[in-house]
Amino acid sequence: MSGSSLHGLSGAVFALLAPVIEPGFFSSEVVHVAIVVGAVVAIVSGTVGVFTVIRGQSFAGEALGDIGTTGGSGAFLVGVGPLLGFLVIGVVAAGAMEMIGIQRARGRDLATGMVLGAGLGLAALLLYLDSTVHNTTGATFTILFGSVFTVASSTIPLIVLLSVVVLAIVFALYRPLLLSSISAEMAAARGIHVRALGGAYLLALALAVALASMTIGTILSTALLVGPAASALRLTRRPSHAIALAGSIGVAAMWLGILLAYDSFSWPPVQTGWPVSFFVVTLILIVYLLSGLPRLLRTRTRAV
Amino acid sequence: MFSGFMVNAWTVASIVAVVAGLVGFFVVLRGSAFVAHAVPNGSFAGAAGASLIGISTLIGLGVFSLLGALGIGLLGRRGRHDAVTALALVVMLGLGSLFLSMSVEYAPEIYSLLFGEVLGISSNAVAPTAGLALICVAAIGLLYRPLMLASVLPEVGEARGVSSFRMELCFLAVVALASTMTVPVVGTLLIFSLMIGAPAAARSFTHRPLAAMALSVAIALVTVWSAIAASYTTDYPVGFFVASISAAAYALGRGWSFWRRRRQLIGRPTLGPATHTAALPS
Amino acid sequence: MTDRGERAAGAKEILSVQGITVVLSGREILRDVSFAIRPGEFTGLIGSNGAGKTTLFRVILGLQAPSAGQVLLAGRARSSRNPLIGYVPQKFVLDPDMPLRARDLVGLGLDAHRFGIPLPSRARRALINENLAAVGAERFADARVGELSGGEQQRVLIAHALVARPKLLLLDEPLANLDLRAAQEVVALLARLAKELKIAVLISAHEMNPLLPVMDRIVYIAAGRAASGTTAEVVRADVLSELYGSHVDVLNVHGRVLVVAGAGDDSDRSEVGQHGHDVVVPGLEIVS
Repeated sequence: MSGSSLHGLSGAVFALLAPVIEPGFFSSEVVHVAIVVGAVVAIVSGTVGVFTVIRGQSFAGEALGDIGTTGGSGAFLVGVGPLLGFLVIGVVAAGAMEMIGIQRARGRDLATGMVLGAGLGLAALLLYLDSTVHNTTGATFTILFGSVFTVASSTIPLIVLLSVVVLAIVFALYRPLLLSSISAEMAAARGIHVRALGGAYLLALALAVALASMTIGTILSTALLVGPAASALRLTRRPSHAIALAGSIGVAAMWLGILLAYDSFSWPPVQTGWPVSFFVVTLILIVYLLSGLPRLLRTRTRAV
Repeated sequence: MFSGFMVNAWTVASIVAVVAGLVGFFVVLRGSAFVAHAVPNGSFAGAAGASLIGISTLIGLGVFSLLGALGIGLLGRRGRHDAVTALALVVMLGLGSLFLSMSVEYAPEIYSLLFGEVLGISSNAVAPTAGLALICVAAIGLLYRPLMLASVLPEVGEARGVSSFRMELCFLAVVALASTMTVPVVGTLLIFSLMIGAPAAARSFTHRPLAAMALSVAIALVTVWSAIAASYTTDYPVGFFVASISAAAYALGRGWSFWRRRRQLIGRPTLGPATHTAALPS
Repeated sequence: MTDRGERAAGAKEILSVQGITVVLSGREILRDVSFAIRPGEFTGLIGSNGAGKTTLFRVILGLQAPSAGQVLLAGRARSSRNPLIGYVPQKFVLDPDMPLRARDLVGLGLDAHRFGIPLPSRARRALINENLAAVGAERFADARVGELSGGEQQRVLIAHALVARPKLLLLDEPLANLDLRAAQEVVALLARLAKELKIAVLISAHEMNPLLPVMDRIVYIAAGRAASGTTAEVVRADVLSELYGSHVDVLNVHGRVLVVAGAGDDSDRSEVGQHGHDVVVPGLEIVS
């Protein structure tokens, strides 16, 4: 998609949405930050997500998200922003997965589940300590369900830097990574270092999950990672198209979610507004369901 | 530690541990760990919604757990790996966060729904919990034989008129009820640890099915009792102790299995064709 | 072989398959399959992979409704519990951590269709021990089922099927995953059980040679149709060619049987292939 057509498209979308946009939306500083961060993170998640779905490793993304809860709560306790916590623990966990060789899709098997359970138990402790030490109780919500509205504008540089790193990893290794994701044997036969590539992918995944957790929270992050990618892969078979499509879906869901969340401040019941993450994941689900339509229509009309 | 409101905590937690141990035994046997993760996630929204409308959390949990379990049962094998299931569960969590954000006291609510709040259990929760427990235990007792057959040898079960599908639905309903009563104690995020850890550990220590069930209950009880005691003493949340102790029990069980198998292989006479590849863990 | 048949002649048929036709998704899997088994007979259901053996078993067990035909057990229509049939499936228990001993698995065969928890009783234990002994599984009766070898697990499954005192033992490809020695042991065991306990045994296999010494009757399935009778009657070039719908040769090599696709050009292979099954060259596996 070229820059100008994207601009034109977004202009058209906004024009369409004008009657639905509450006053002050475009001038709000918080919204500006949210839109930028949300878009960047959505693009990164969509890109890494496509590889995740192709590799059948959605469970790894989920696990990293859950363990991020522990890191985030720890970071909060120590007094740094949750992003650092997500990053540190994500990279460590990815490294552990790599060493144990958990790359094969094993689903939520017992051992992983118990380790994650222990991690979440630790998160419970840390969050409790958060509330007693810092006298705030909002940590649980922010870490688990996130909010793109609460991202401090000082974090933007770090977020952008990390996103660039992830995208750089993915695009530098694009072809060998794609090949080894589709068929490890074929890649190995070509002399590609499948194991190292897997490690690089896990690193990118850990970073992407950390970023996603910043915006919609740890336990919802899977939706942003896997949802748009899964939808895209249902609609197109070409990975490059899927990546572009996944990114677009993610950005659209983010922006629409941000808009709706902003509008919801004037909705019932109280003047607190609905959580933006709720809108984002619901939109992602809707898109996924819609992405099944073309295939459904095709099989209905095809003679058996 | 044993007086006043703590009595409720001990009572309810013990009842929950018994049910978790019994139901968890079959969850592990059937390889349905996914269910122990998914059903509580789904019920989160129900609990949040219930507290918003002002009705009992147990009702919200119960309704959403049963619906979720039924959904998973009808989707069958496909549901375990489908993106739709994963996304739907996340949306349920999001919905729960929405309901909670609308209620006044939401921050502590979230925490207790996710990680449990056994110390906050009121005395009028004891009766419904006991009632649900009775149903679960009776169901497990009644279904024990056909469920064992359907879980271990599904094809033979079908030949004997034991429908795998019907057994799965009944079992899922029991899991839903068990999860309903467990959430207030350990929370939706930590149910997995209690329901899976104890039976997974128990199976390492004994090879008899009824003994494994009993041991599973025993381990669950010890876990929960130690957790409450520790929580009372340190003020740290019960969920933290439940998850850690369950993980420790599981690790002990794995270690024991490993050591036992090591010892066995060295001293075992060759009983038959050594087609051990059929018996190695996948 | 003939006096076994004479002895059983006159006794009522324990299994009567009459004109079974099964059509699935527009494909005809089985067409007009008929045969009968008498008590104590050892019958081999032979056919290559995909020939329809498992489908036929499912029809006999009532798990698959036939498009036409009926199955009678001891002269009566089947019931959903199949009390007369002991079934040994092909797939085994594989989880080595499963807390279930061999004797527990056999115990499930006694009364698993009933509700409740089995109450331990001396009679129950004795019955289980008896059946474990019958299959030679006493040595590992208390071991975890998942830790047994393939052959050992199979013996336990046979005991499990036997404990309910069936009149017909149905085994789905029991020899498929066993090595030669284990296969011979199982065949010998089953033949002994058939003779001593007067149980009819029906086992499916894609290889008939291990069963030749003990088979009273063979039901050969190819192209969805079946021919049944003694080995001498069925395993002949003319009968099998008619079944396959194309020319096959039957060779006898040192007492072993080879069924070979049409001689000459390979186009025969594709013709036979079009009927939806593999070309059978079982003898090659034996001659090693």
